Formats: sequence, structure tokens, C-alpha cells
Amino acid sequence: MKSLGIYIHVPFCGKKCDYCDFYSVNYSKTAVQDYVDAVLRNIRHYSDTEQNVDTVYFGGGTPSLLSPWQIEMVMDELSGSFSLDEDAEITLEANPSTLNPDKLSGLRNAGINRLSIGVQSMIDSELDFLGRTHSAERAEKTILDACSAGFENISCDLMIALPEQTSYNIAYSVNRLSALPIQHISAYILKTEEGTPFDCDDIKNRLPDDDQTVALYLQTVELLEKNGFMQYEVSNFAKNGFESRHNNRYWKCEDYIGIGPSAHSCYKGKRFAVERDLSGFVSGEFQQTYVTDNAPCGFEETAMLRLRLKEGLLLSETGSHRSEIEKKLPRLERAGYINFDGERVFLTPQGFVMSNSVIEYLIF
Amino acid sequence: MANEKIRNFCIIAHIDHGKSTLADRILEKTETVAVRDMEDQLLDNMDIERERGITIKARAVRLKYTAQDGEDYIFNLIDTPGHVDFNYEVSRSLAACEGAILVVDASQGIEAQTLANTYLAIEHDLEVVPVVNKIDLPSAEPERVCAEVENVIGIPAMDAPRISAKMGTNIEAVLEKIVTDIPAPKGDTEKPLKALIFDSYYDSYKGVIIYVRVKEGTVRVGDSIRLMATGAVFTVVEAGFMDASSLVNNGMLEAGEVGYIAASIKSIGDTQVGDTVTNNDDPCDEPLPGYRKVNPMVFSGIYPADGAKYGDLREALEKLQLNDASLSFEPETSVALGFGFRCGFLGLLHMEIIQERLEREYNLDLITTAPSVIYRVTLTSGEVQYIDNPTNYPDPALIQLAEEPMVKADILSPSEFVGNIMELCQDRRGIFKDMQYLDDTRVSLHYELPLNEIVYDFFDVLKSRTKGYASFDYEMLGYSPSKLVKLDILLNGDVVDALSFIIHTDKAYGRARKIAEKLKENIPRQLFEVPIQAAIGGKIIARETVKAMRKDVLAKCYGGDITRKKKLLEKQKEGKKRMRQLGTVEVPQEAFMSVLKLDS
Repeated sequence: MKSLGIYIHVPFCGKKCDYCDFYSVNYSKTAVQDYVDAVLRNIRHYSDTEQNVDTVYFGGGTPSLLSPWQIEMVMDELSGSFSLDEDAEITLEANPSTLNPDKLSGLRNAGINRLSIGVQSMIDSELDFLGRTHSAERAEKTILDACSAGFENISCDLMIALPEQTSYNIAYSVNRLSALPIQHISAYILKTEEGTPFDCDDIKNRLPDDDQTVALYLQTVELLEKNGFMQYEVSNFAKNGFESRHNNRYWKCEDYIGIGPSAHSCYKGKRFAVERDLSGFVSGEFQQTYVTDNAPCGFEETAMLRLRLKEGLLLSETGSHRSEIEKKLPRLERAGYINFDGERVFLTPQGFVMSNSVIEYLIF
Repeated sequence: MANEKIRNFCIIAHIDHGKSTLADRILEKTETVAVRDMEDQLLDNMDIERERGITIKARAVRLKYTAQDGEDYIFNLIDTPGHVDFNYEVSRSLAACEGAILVVDASQGIEAQTLANTYLAIEHDLEVVPVVNKIDLPSAEPERVCAEVENVIGIPAMDAPRISAKMGTNIEAVLEKIVTDIPAPKGDTEKPLKALIFDSYYDSYKGVIIYVRVKEGTVRVGDSIRLMATGAVFTVVEAGFMDASSLVNNGMLEAGEVGYIAASIKSIGDTQVGDTVTNNDDPCDEPLPGYRKVNPMVFSGIYPADGAKYGDLREALEKLQLNDASLSFEPETSVALGFGFRCGFLGLLHMEIIQERLEREYNLDLITTAPSVIYRVTLTSGEVQYIDNPTNYPDPALIQLAEEPMVKADILSPSEFVGNIMELCQDRRGIFKDMQYLDDTRVSLHYELPLNEIVYDFFDVLKSRTKGYASFDYEMLGYSPSKLVKLDILLNGDVVDALSFIIHTDKAYGRARKIAEKLKENIPRQLFEVPIQAAIGGKIIARETVKAMRKDVLAKCYGGDITRKKKLLEKQKEGKKRMRQLGTVEVPQEAFMSVLKLDS
């Protein structure tokens, strides 16, 4: 039986964050129900009981705007249409402002067993800058409530390189978060995405420069590892055994189906995607997709994704590219970008923060 | 045709003093072209000529003029290139004339170039007819300018026609002056043929068209002619003259006339300007004096920015050479730039024109190396080498004597800038010769300067230090011993051959530092740090480092959208293709250019 991941894009937000360029529209109760119906139709459309679904990921948007029973309907539909693994990792992205103890136990009962909470920072002034509606205190309480509701796999997002962010700020957020009952942290360097309100000189001029950003990133890596969150990808850190299984699918070129506007899939030898259009998604019987790659998971792509992971690239898996790659290793190693144990090449934190250039130099 | 009714003349003027406009007015007044067919500045055919307001290649036109004495005259107007790079071509054009109209701007007065060309005309025994142009300008001072012409050049000028070529004012006075002041040509139509080549160009249907001034004898269609310097023999297919827009085959040309000959000549190399045409069956005793082969003075490597365009570049150079025998090129290879050509030019302007034409007319994106002159190196073995490419500069241990070409420079400027000019010339290793006051406010300065100090940006700097007022002219003086070294630039420890150049010892350190700084500014931070070094022999004399890039990461690889990330990396790779990969260093084209554009 083949293993499969399901990604469900929930394109609703109570308030859109100024730095975010993921697809979402304003939340409304009726629109959400129409949307859930469309998700259910699409799950049936892709139905294949020969596929063992062992990861499900509700991403967004703000998936925690769905009610526990809406989640339950989706989960029921999934277990009817596929072979849903007993041990499946089922993640929901959540905004602290949308959670309370009742909602959390409802979500837990609906089958969610992993939460990814958009904490972003444990400093209120930074949260203000990001336009988040929660405070550090609220985030802390949400995590403790989630723990009480029975969540044993909690991830939190953290944002690096905010305006005027000092190493003290980073240390404070990292240490305060690490002390909470969580198992996973995603630490992202803020990027001003084209077309977002942050894509303007007023904001950009306030951001730390490259050297400062790198220093903050390296400090974050060091501190998180010290606190037991080991780096396993450019931006991802986990306590032992709590690496995100769903996200690992992306990095290891494994199959996943994306449902919902703007969702991407890699399934049966093709990459394809859905338009960023909620009404199209809701009105159609099935989601319309366009192919983005007819022959994915070739050498370049596999190597590129593998090198984002701490486990890196096995030279034995590089085939005819091996000698070409081997020639380039000593220089990268001298510059401190990679480690090489004779068989496995993997990036150092310094390498991760330069990963585009390092990977491009090594494999393209 | 009776010779006494012919007038052969040219126009001497500084850039922008109105030569082409006057030529247009003369064409108009003599009804060579109907006014409605006039395109501004008809004689300048090439785009670049029009834009720069200069004449690159000589042209000649035949005009008919009915003078006030009631007689019909034939005017042959020979247009000459104005720039010092084409000095020899100018002298050959002058040799085809009996007179020259000297156009002087009524507000600017005489400029260095005008002066040089006027002296050249006087040397060739031409009757110089001064004309004061642009009298319509509010700042015009025709009386002062006439006095200046008399003082400086020493020819009578108080009765010079005051005209405005632009407004068409008083052009008839110029035409009458041509009739009355310029002598008719001499020459015997019965003598053996003796004709001077003063220009040529390639026509894709007729082959090379040569412009000639017949000094003695007659040439007819069907005659067998010999070009005396090259020895090439051809049969005349057409002989005639040019009206403003086309060739008119007249069947023959006689002593005193100016015209063209077409003889199915395939290569412009056979038709050297200054050569003498004679009849192969009835040759003259000796050629006309003054012929010399024109040699390039300035050399530069020209490379296609895109290596795949090498073939296109060669084809373009071949086509340009069809019309420009003074352009030389041969293939050269650079580790840094790949396959290209070592090109030789008459001077800087010539170089710029060729580069611009390659880019504009042939749509090529070029990288050019720093211009170099020809150094003369005597080895300890006694062997003498001429070095036009720094890459070939011999090991200093083997050099007994190194010499560099010198020029005699003539600078005209308002006297208030003398200090600035002297400072500049001093800085360029100039040797002061003398200084003369032309009048109360203008001076003429004479310097001996190394050619390699002026090939690059001398004129631009001179202009900027004199608020644009100074004019400059030079002629070659020969070689003089010099303390020269070859300066190499190393990136990440490897010599970049395309950036090497030869320089005087005293200037090496300053230049090395400047280049290193410029490169540092222009080489983007990349994956690895890039040490930049400048070295003489094995000795490093300047050093900079481009630090490694610090951050280049896509933090989020989200929602499984892998395609976007992959495309980004592919785009990044594509972007780097536009850079030159030098060993392990990526150098953008602008970095090469920046080194060449060093200000002094």
C-alpha cells in the first residue's frame, strides 16, 4: 500500500497579516460551510482506498477558524475515501486568538493530534509590528491549554529579523517558548513578499541588514539546539522524534494531494496546483488544477530538497553527478558551508543561511 | 571641359562650427538638390556622423554655379574628416583641392583642430578663404574673430564673408569668393594619367569605388589602370562624378577634375588613400608625392559579451573593414573573455566609432579591454619587439630598453584655464614645450605627451577642467625611452589577462589601488570571498577583498510549492550566465567596464 499525505488549504483569516502572501479571504460563516462542502466533494473525487494516508495537514489561512465538527466531517470523509493510518500525524495550523480550552478539546476529539501555533514572538511590541492580534501572554496560555486538552505534539512559529530585533529579544523569545510544553519550533527569517503591505521602503529600511540577520539566525539555531530543539531543516527544529512528518514529505519528494485554492500537489508523477480562487473552488464540482511540473523529483530537485535537510545528501544517490559534486566539496567545506563525512554532504547553519547559493553551486 | 571653370575646394571647420550646414546651403544654392529633397546635412551619411556632428569619411560632390560674371562654373566640394585621428585622410583630401573655405564660429573663434588643418592646407599651397559663421548668434563677435584669424593664422580676413549657414544669410558671397579667390586647377589632359586617391568605399554592386583627383592626363571607361603603391591593375568600368545623391557615369575624367572610378575592385586594401592611379599601358614616370600607408596607433581587444556571437563579431568587423582599410583586426584569445579580436585603430575617436557601429549597426554587446599603444621593446638579445597587447609583454629580466610612443600636443584654451591644463599635462607626464598668447584672452600650449596617457580619457578630462572651452590636437612624434611595467590583476589568485596593462612605473601604484577599489565595488558578493590583487611581476602592490555573501536563503518552503523554489534557483543560475566565470570568480560585465572607466 502506498503512503500519501493530504494538505488542505483553509483560505480564511479574521485579519490578514501584513507580511503574509498566502492565499486567504475574509472569514464568513456561510462561505466556510460552502468551502467545507467543496473540500468533502474533492476528497471523494481523489478517493483511493489503496492509498495509506499517514499525514494530514490543515494549512492556511487560519484553519483554526473551522469548527471542530467541520474538522470532524473532513476527517470522516478522509477515512472513508482513503485508508487513514491509525498513527497518522494530523496537524492544524492555529492562531492563538482563535483558541480556547473548549475549542482545543473539540479539535483534539475531532482527530487533530498536532498543532502548529502561529506564536511568532514572545515580545508584545514585535507582535504589534507583525499585526498579530494576540499577546505573548495569550500565546503562552494557549499552549498550556492545548497541553491540558491532550495535545502532545505542539509546534510554534517564530519570526527572525524583525525591525530593531536584538540578540536579547531573540534569546528572550526562544527561551520563554522553549520552557513551554512544546516539541517543535519553526523559526523563519522574515521576508518581505512582493505585493504584501510589508513590501515597501518604510518597512524594508527598518529591517536588520544581511549581516545582522545572519547573526540573529545563527544565534537562534545555537540557542534552540541548546534547549533541545535540534535543527533538522533550514527553518525547522524539533525534540527527538517530533520532526514534522508531513513537511518531510515535501523535502523527500513523497506523494501528497493538496485540496483547496492555491494548494499544491505532488501525486502520481506530476506536480499540479489549484488557482488562488475561492469562488472557483467552491462552485466547481472538483477543483481545477494546472500542472506545474510534468516530471518532478529528478536529480536536481531531489538534491535541492535533500540539502535543505540536516541529514543532507548521500553521494551514493547522486549517480553520474557524483564526481562533479565531489570536486566542489573541499572549497565549500573550507568556507564552512558544509560538512562531509565521506559519504553524506550536509549543510552547516552557515551553509543553511546561504543555502540558495550553496545548492546552486553544488548541483545546478 | 575648360579647366578655368573648375574650382576644387574643401571646408575646414571645428566640430559644431557649421561645416555641414554650410555644405548643405551651398548644395541648395547651386541647386544640386531641390530644396524639398534636402535632408539636413546631406553630406554626412552615417548616423553616428550626424549625431556626433562630425564627418568621419570624406565625400565629394560636383556642383554647378552660375556666377555674377554670367559664366557657369563647376564646383567640386570635397568634404574632409575633421578629427585628428584622420589626419592623413585630411591631408590627402587637401591635396585634391586648390582652395579651402575656413569656417570660424563668430562667437567661439579659432580652435586647435581648425588651426592644425588650416596650417595643413597652407602647407599644401591651398588658397584659404575665411568665412565667419553664426553671425545670427547674440554672442557673435565677427570683428574680433576676423582679427584673430589675421593674427593667429596670418591671412587677410577683414573682408571675410559674414554669414549664417543656418539662416541661409550671405551664402552667395561665399560662392563668389570661391570663384574669384580659389585658383582653377592646372594639368595637361594629354599627359600620362596621374590621379590621386583621396577616399574609397565599398559598394556591394560595383565593388570598391575610388574617389580621385586627376592631376594629369585622362582616364576613360575601358582603360587599364594601375594603382602604383599596391601594383594592382584593373579595367575601368565607370568614370564620372557624384551629384548630391548618386554617381553619374560620365565615361571619362580629365586633368583638373574630381570624380570617381569603379573598376570591379574587390578589396579596399588595394585602394590605399594617397596612392596614385596611372594608365597601365602608358604609365607616368613617378607617383604623386606624399603617399604613406596608414598604421593603427591604438589597440584594444574586442570580445562579444555572449561568446556565441563570436562569428557575428567577425562578420561585422569584416564588413566594416570593407569601407575602412585603416581598421585592422586579428583573432585573439583571452582566458577571461574567451574568443575575440585584437583591433587596431587610428586613434581614440576611431576606436569609439568602430565600437559604437558594432554595437549599433550590428546589434552586438561588446566587452572591450583597455586601449593600448604600441610599445617598442629591445631585448637583451638585441631583438626589437613591438608590443600592442600587454599579454605579450616580455619578462622584465629580458628587456634592455623599453620605449613608448610620444605625441606633440597642441592645446588652445582661454587663458584662465592655463593652470588647470598645466596640472593635467604634468599629471600625464607631459613635457612643457612653450606657450603663446593668441590674443588677450586665448593661449596655445605645446606639450610632448606619452600617447598612452592620452589614449584613454585625456580629452574628456581636459574638457571638464576647462569648462569645455579647450580644444586639443596632436601628432605623432616617435618613440622615447620609458620606465614601463606590466601590471597584472589577480582575482582569487588567478591573473585575469584581459585586465593586464602596461604602465609607467611612477603611476603603477596609484592605478593599481584604484583598480582594486573599483573592482571591489563592482564585483558582487558571492558564495566565496574574492581576493583582488594587483601585481607587478610576482610582487603584490595592491589588495582588496570582496567579502563572501552572508545571506541567501528561502526560509520557507511551504505548502509543498516546490516548483517556485526550483524556478528561483534556475533563474539565479541563468542570471550568473551573464557573468564571466573567471576560474572560480563570477565577474559581471560592468566590472570590466568600470576598470576601463577609471577617472584620473
